[in-house]
This record gives sequence, C-alpha cells and structure tokens, in this order.
Amino acid sequence: MPMPDSADNLIEVRDLSCHFFTEEGVVRSVDQSSFDLPRGKTLCIVGESGSGKSVTARALMGLTREPGKIVSGQMLYRPAPGVVPIDLAAERSGGQLYRSLRGAAFGMIFQEPMAALSPVHTIGTQLLEGVLTHEACSRAEARNRGIDALQRVGIPEPERRFDQYGFELSGGMRQRAMIAMALACRPALLIADEPTTALDVTTQANILDLIADLQAETGMTVMFITHDLGVVAEIADEVAVMYLGRVVERGDVDTIFHAPAHPYTEALLNAMPSVHARRGTRLPAIPGMVPHPFARPSGCGFHPRCHRFVDGLCNRREPEPVDLGAGHVARCLRLENSKDQKEAAE
Amino acid sequence: MGGYIFNRVLWAVPILFGASVLSFAIIQLPPGDYLTAVMASMRSTGESVEQSQLVMLRERYGLDDPMIVQYWKWISGIVLRGDFGQSFIYNRPVDELLWERLGLTFVLAFASMIFVWLVAFPIGVYSAMRKYSVGDYVMTFIGFLGLATPNFLIALILMYVSFTVFGTSAGGLFSPEFADAPWSWARFWDMMGKIWIPVVVIGTAGTASLIRIVRANMLDELPRPYVEAARARGLSETRATVKYPLRVALNPFVSRLGWELPDLVSGATITAIVLSLPTTGPLLLEALLAQDMYLAGSFIFMLSVLTVIGTLLSDLLLAWLDPRVRHGLM
Amino acid sequence: MSDTTHPPAAERRVDVAGQWTLMWWKFRRHKLALWSGVFVLFIYVIALFASFVAPKDPNAYAARYAYVPPMKVAFMDRDSEGNRTFGFHTHGWKVETDPLTLQKNFAPDPDVRIDLRFFAPAPEPYVLWGVLPMNRVLFGPADATQPFYPLGADRLGRDVYSRVIHGSQVSMTVGLVGVGISLVLGIVLGGISGYFGGWVDNIVQRSIEFLKSIPQIPLWMGLAAAIPAYWSPIAVYFMVTVILSLIGWTGLAREVRGRFLALKSEDFVTSARLDGCPELRIILRHMVPSFSSHIIATLTLAVPTMILAETALSFLGIGLRPPVVSWGVLMQEAQNVRTIATAPWLFAPGVAVVVTVLALNFFGDGLRDAADPYA
Repeated sequence: MPMPDSADNLIEVRDLSCHFFTEEGVVRSVDQSSFDLPRGKTLCIVGESGSGKSVTARALMGLTREPGKIVSGQMLYRPAPGVVPIDLAAERSGGQLYRSLRGAAFGMIFQEPMAALSPVHTIGTQLLEGVLTHEACSRAEARNRGIDALQRVGIPEPERRFDQYGFELSGGMRQRAMIAMALACRPALLIADEPTTALDVTTQANILDLIADLQAETGMTVMFITHDLGVVAEIADEVAVMYLGRVVERGDVDTIFHAPAHPYTEALLNAMPSVHARRGTRLPAIPGMVPHPFARPSGCGFHPRCHRFVDGLCNRREPEPVDLGAGHVARCLRLENSKDQKEAAE
Repeated sequence: MGGYIFNRVLWAVPILFGASVLSFAIIQLPPGDYLTAVMASMRSTGESVEQSQLVMLRERYGLDDPMIVQYWKWISGIVLRGDFGQSFIYNRPVDELLWERLGLTFVLAFASMIFVWLVAFPIGVYSAMRKYSVGDYVMTFIGFLGLATPNFLIALILMYVSFTVFGTSAGGLFSPEFADAPWSWARFWDMMGKIWIPVVVIGTAGTASLIRIVRANMLDELPRPYVEAARARGLSETRATVKYPLRVALNPFVSRLGWELPDLVSGATITAIVLSLPTTGPLLLEALLAQDMYLAGSFIFMLSVLTVIGTLLSDLLLAWLDPRVRHGLM
Repeated sequence: MSDTTHPPAAERRVDVAGQWTLMWWKFRRHKLALWSGVFVLFIYVIALFASFVAPKDPNAYAARYAYVPPMKVAFMDRDSEGNRTFGFHTHGWKVETDPLTLQKNFAPDPDVRIDLRFFAPAPEPYVLWGVLPMNRVLFGPADATQPFYPLGADRLGRDVYSRVIHGSQVSMTVGLVGVGISLVLGIVLGGISGYFGGWVDNIVQRSIEFLKSIPQIPLWMGLAAAIPAYWSPIAVYFMVTVILSLIGWTGLAREVRGRFLALKSEDFVTSARLDGCPELRIILRHMVPSFSSHIIATLTLAVPTMILAETALSFLGIGLRPPVVSWGVLMQEAQNVRTIATAPWLFAPGVAVVVTVLALNFFGDGLRDAADPYA
C-alpha cells in the first residue's frame, strides 16, 4: 500500500493537545496527538470512552468549549491539493474562518440524533439554516434543496418530513435527517461522532451504507469516531487508535487489523467477538480500567494494563511515536527499543 | 391541537365549580353570620334590636335556608343573572362594588406580569450565559433577597422612603381629584404615574423566582447536543444561543407564568391593603372581618375564576409555542 | 504526574462513601449554604433560650419610653476630665418637648450612664421551659430597673429587641410545624399518587392543580378570618399552621410523586419486587431512602414560605393575634407610614424575617444541590 502523499491529505493533525482546565485540575483530554485525514478516504478513530476521540473531533470543528482549550499543536487544513495549508489550531473558534467552514466545508453528525435535534423546531428549519447561513439563495430555493437533501439520504416523503419535528421520526430517520443537515452544503469533510451507537443493528448497517454511498457520490472525506471495531472493519481506510488522549497507533486498516504494533491495539482486537471463535472460550478482556484523568500512570499511560509490560522501562519514560513505515506509526517503548537496537546493529 | 384545547377548556369547568363551592364554604365557616355579628356589636354599644326586624332580614337574605339552597341561590344568581347578591356593609348590590375593583386588581396583576417578564427574562439569560460572573452573583443575591422579602415589607419600605425623602405618601392608585372620577385619559395617565409602585412591589418576588427558573432552564439547555449541532451547522454563537436554548427555555417560562398568576393576584391583594389601593384587597379584608358573606364570597370566587382563565390562556400560549405539548408528549 | 499506578486515596474514598457522606462532602463545598445553615441553627438556639437571651419581658411596657430610639452599646467611656473607663454601658435619653409642635423628641443624655453586663439580673424571675427557675439574663443592665432598649421601643414602650427575640419562637416554629403537616400530607398523597398511578394519580393531581390555581392569599384570608376571635392563642396558632400547610403540601406532593414515578421503573426496585419483597417494604426500605435527601431539601425550602405566609397573615390582623408575639404580629406596629417615619426601628422584625428567610433559602438551595451527590 503506497504511503499517501502529504499533499493529498485534507487535514494533518500534528501534536495536538487539548486540555480542560477544571476546578479539580487540568484534564489532558487530547495530548500530543497526530494523524492524517487523507482526501476522499475514511479515517476511523477508535478508543474507549474518555480516550479523547470526541474532543479531537470538536477541536477540528472549532467547537472546543470552556473550560477546554487547544494548548499546542497544529491542525493543517488544505482546501485543495497543493495549496498552502491553513493552521486551524491558530484560528479562533468563533472567528470568521471557522464560521465559514462549519456547516459548509465541515459537516458533523452526533451520537444521539434525538438530542441533537431541537425539540421545538421542525426538521426543515434546522436543515435550511446551514444553507441560508452559507449560501445566498431564496427561501423557496433553500426549501427545495432541503427536500432534495432529505431525499438523498433516503427519507421517504421528504416534503412531509420537512415540516415535522424530530420527535415524530424514528431513530434511523432522525440520524438520516442529521446527515442531510450535515451534507446540505456538500462539505469536504464529514465528522461522524459515534453516529450509530444509539441505533439498533439493522439501522446501524443502513446508516453505514448510506455514509459510504454518499462518500462515493461526493468524494468527501470522513472522520468516523467509534469504539466498535466491527464498524471500523467495515468502513475504514485508515485507523487511529487513541488511549488516554494520545494516538497510540495509526496506519491503514489492513495493517492495524493484521499487524498491530501496539499492545493496546492487540488487546482491543483480541477483545473483539468473532464468529470463528470456538465455543466455550472466554472473550479476552483488557484487564483493569481506564485510569482516572487525574491519576494518570507514570511512563506509558497503558502500562498498568499492558500484557507486554516491561518493568523499569514502561513505567519510567513516556513513549515517543515510532515510524514503522508506510504511514504506520505506534507509540510503544518496546518498539523504540527494538528500533534503537536495530539501528545500533546496522 | 384541537383536542388539547378542548381538554384544557373542559378541565376548567370542574375547577370553576370547585372554586365556587370552596368560596361559598369559606364564607360559611365562621360561626354565626352577618346579622348575628351585627347584633352582637349593637348589643355591645347598648342599642336595642327589634326582633321582628331581625326575622324579616333573616328571611330576606335566606339566612335560615339549608346550606345547599343558599349555595344554589348564590351561584345560580351569578351564572344565570350576573347577580352577586347584596353587600350587607354597603347595602348595595355586590356587582356595583365588584367590577371596577376586580378590573383594577387584574390590571395590576397583568402589569406586574409584564414587569416580571421584562426584568426576569433578560436577567435570567444573562446570568446563565455569564455563569459565576460577578453580575451573576449580584443578580442571584438580589433574586434571593427579593424572594425573602415579603410583599408588604417592600411596600412599607417604599412608602417609608417616599414619605421621608419626598414627603408624599406612596399609597393609592389615583390622585384625590381622580379617585371617584369616571374613566378618562387624564385619569388613566394619573393611574400610570402611580401604578409602578405596586407593580414593583408585587412583581419583586415573582421576578426573583423567575430569574432563577430562567437561569436554571438556560443552564439545562445550553450544553444540549442540539445547540452544538446548530453551531456545527455554522451558526454564530449568539444566533445558536438565541435561536435554540433561549427558545426552548421560553416554554417552561410560559408555563410558569400560568402558575405565577395566582401568586401575583395574591400579592396584589396584600399589597393593596398596605398601599390602600382601590382594588379587591382592602374590601375583601373588610368583608371577611365583617362576615359580609356575599361580598367576600364573590371576591374570592371571581378572583379564582379570572385566575383560572388566565392560567388557561397561558396553557394555550404554551401549546402554541411548544410542539411537544401540542402533540401530547408533555 | 502521579507516580502511583492506583487511583489516589481520595478516589477510593469516593467509591466507598455512602450517600449521606457524599452529600455532606458536596454540601460542605457550598460555603454560603454551610454558613447559612449554621446561622439558622443559631436562630433556633436563640428561640429555644429566648427568655434567657432577651433582657426584658416582651410584654412589659413603660409608657415613659414610648418610641424611645435604639440605645447604642459602648465599651469605652470618657468622663469630663478625659479619663477613660471601660465596661459595657449605654446612655439614657432625655425627652425634649418641642415648644412649637409639642412633639416629644428624644436626645441622648451623656450624663445618664447605664451599665450593662453579661448574666445581668432579670427584671423578674422567670421559669425557662417551664422547669428551670432563672433570675439572670444573658446580657442586660446591671440594675434591672434601668431601661435598656438596644433596638428602641414601640408605642407602649415595649423593648423591640426582646420582642423580636421572643417572636422568633413562634415564627420559627410555625414553619416547622406547618412543614411537618405538609410533609405528612405530601408524602402520603404524593406517594399514593406516584406509586399507584392510574385514576388515583389523576384525582390527586387534579386536586393539586385545583388548589394551585386558586390565589393563595385570598384563600388564606378567607380561612384565617374564619378563626373565631375567642379562641385561645394556642388554638389560633395551631389553626394558622394547619391552614398554611393545607395549601403548602402541594409542592411537596408533586416532588414526591415525581421521584416515585422515576424510581418505580428503576432496576433495583424491579429486582426487589422479583425477590418477593412486600410492597410496603419496597417503598420504605428501597424507595424512600433514595429520595429522602431531595425531600429534606424541599422541606427546608418550604419552611421560609411558611414563615413568610404567617408574617403576612399576622400583619393583616387575621393570623396570630396579640398577646402572642411573632414577627408578623410585631410588624402590625409598623402598619402606619407616619409611625414608621418617626420610629423606623419598628422595621426590626421585618429585617429578622428577611435575614432568616434568606438564610433558610441559601441553606435549602445548598441542600438541594448536594442532594444529587453523583451529579
């Protein structure tokens, strides 16, 4: 698999740190994370809850809320291949640039479609507001576009749905409506924050298919956040695995699934139920729990739960990213060591 | 929607019936009646009472009829003929005394409600948007203070201030020359110049509680995903806030107003007594103390009726504002 | 960065702490609520020891001192030679009659020095709580026959300070007793309503709606005016609290019902039922403890409402009546604007009401926040 040319990345996130300054202390929700969003591809961000997936997504959208703050790093956005990238991390989230990007170039869908829809506004009102904010068109035109958008995401009777409220729709329909809203202005990037978690399995599959179809149709880039490796296997081109605010491993989906380099990725894959598993075998679980944000372990954050823990190494020093070639990067001290040894041997 | 309105209107009927029974029961509670009270006071001043005259009066007012007959006479007179009976103390039909005072009571309650709206909503929203700012703390404290101070005390303090600082009495709703004048623009403007004192007095407690409610509602709504979704669609911070959480927070605010109305009427009653306003309060107190049953009962009943109607209107307003209510989800 | 691989001790403490401990931890963080709670407690202690704290009998009158202004308590005194003497004292007032208006004016009289002390002799021996014979008061004139009006005097020359202290007994307990009655009504009716649902719920809810849609003050006035004038003060007191709680229970009932409805479908209630737990035991053992913190918070917030209502009714002359001393009864003295213009210290009971209600509201608010320890 050829390594994607950096000019072909819609967004490159470099050493992004987003911290939350709470009364109890600073929570390092995203900590020196790096990953790429290749143009027209799907990146899945995987991790347990609290690993910083959603915070990363919101940082990209410029939706970081008090007491959160982007403290360092870059988010390089390249609207077209070859142009000079813009560093979104340096932009104010309420500023001119972000306001013109959100809803236009970047669309976002959320975990709970019911909660993400206003209880007192019709689908249509919310659908049109993006179009009316970003594009000069009449209300009638906008309405037609809105109904088109509903049709595109496979909502039957779009004219009727247009004037209905969120609570009158089924769960799947609501998420479709949310997708229609996010895509109303044909964004280059769709950020999907666990969009299928709250849906039943059949609806989940439908929504995944819909996103894949729309991607094929428009060539948009998708950043898909999930904790479900089954979903990852289905839709991802690239995968980034997060743990305690860090991207511990990233690479293309085949490498991640078949040759994981980080013990956490290995453990996640082992914990995945498989139809091929022999009956009576227990599903291996990752021992322990995600540490409390104020009680981060020393050294590598994963070492208390790691099955490859090396005393005196992993609890001493924080690992640096190790480039394993072909866009495969992992943060593990063992890899650093073996690489050092290899280099020393050479 | 139609079903909802029908239900609400239908529900008002038993409430009104209950209110009439309750009003009548209250005025029947004290032992004895108006005539025994009059007799007692006449005896104590040494006047003699003609037995025959007394019997005639008892018969005329039906005081010896069974309770249910008395109730029926009273309520059927009101409903069928608009006849509220006779006031004993004033020796005039109750409705001559009732309407203007009742009207002024509701003008006062309504003006207070507008005052509460205008003050509470912006302050509540401000407090929520600038949570834990100095302004928020100051407003919260003033709100608590407003809740803790009884209406009559605020009225007394205002009267005290206006008396010692301006040398005028703050009581009343009209200048002496307009007190008994027929309605005219001049009388109206005269009233407008004086009405703000009772309005502030009556509105303070309601404003204080509504500020807290609006603030809490806004704080509930602000972090909701739909607000974030609106921002993600490109709405500016201000527009996303005004269009969504503010709008959603308006609904409990409106439904609260319905509950606020009885309180405002209550407040108007007691404030009126302190400020000696020509509204129901002072007359109701007088009637209650003198056991002038038709006058007191009619006041309590009509205050309840108008309050029920007001609450009904606020329910309908809420249904118009909130689709969830229209669809019977809430 | 923490060096340990385990959660810190505080973390583990949170995991094992009980509901009430968690509540206390959360409540402790609300400094204002905490101090308000202490203050409320302080007022109740004063009410409990009112006869000891108050320097004078609340109903003792002295026409000479009618409307005497408040006397300032000082510690340091300087005599005519400039020598300083120390000791609590105050100065008397001399009466000057305005030759034109014939109005009495009080002016401080530096020549009359009234010494004050702690554990001063009481003007009359009294019996605390009906069992403890006492002849001392907490703070007062060293010579019990001398006047001492720290908050001035009213129309009959009664000591406003002593009256406010004695008034706390009635005013502070009206709230408690009223809330007690409301609690019983609210829990029984709200609980029935929420637990059984269906038509029972419907009837209770409709009754609440009915009571709420009728303006309270006219209703209270009607009920209170029906109390016969010849009843004893105790009977009137009891009747007034009953009247107040008759209307006050509705809010509580709604709260209880809401909690019941929310809890009814909780897993732990279902599992208790599946275990064959009797209904009453489910309610008392499983459901009530899990919302009792909310109930306590709601109750605390209901007390000030009752206090305000009692004050308003008594002020109008249809609640408690003299010789009972309550803050509302005391405010009757301040009904006339000319009276309060000459004797603004008659506002003192009003200030007591506001401060107490404020403290109770802060306290209750803090409790309510803390009632959700996991939030």
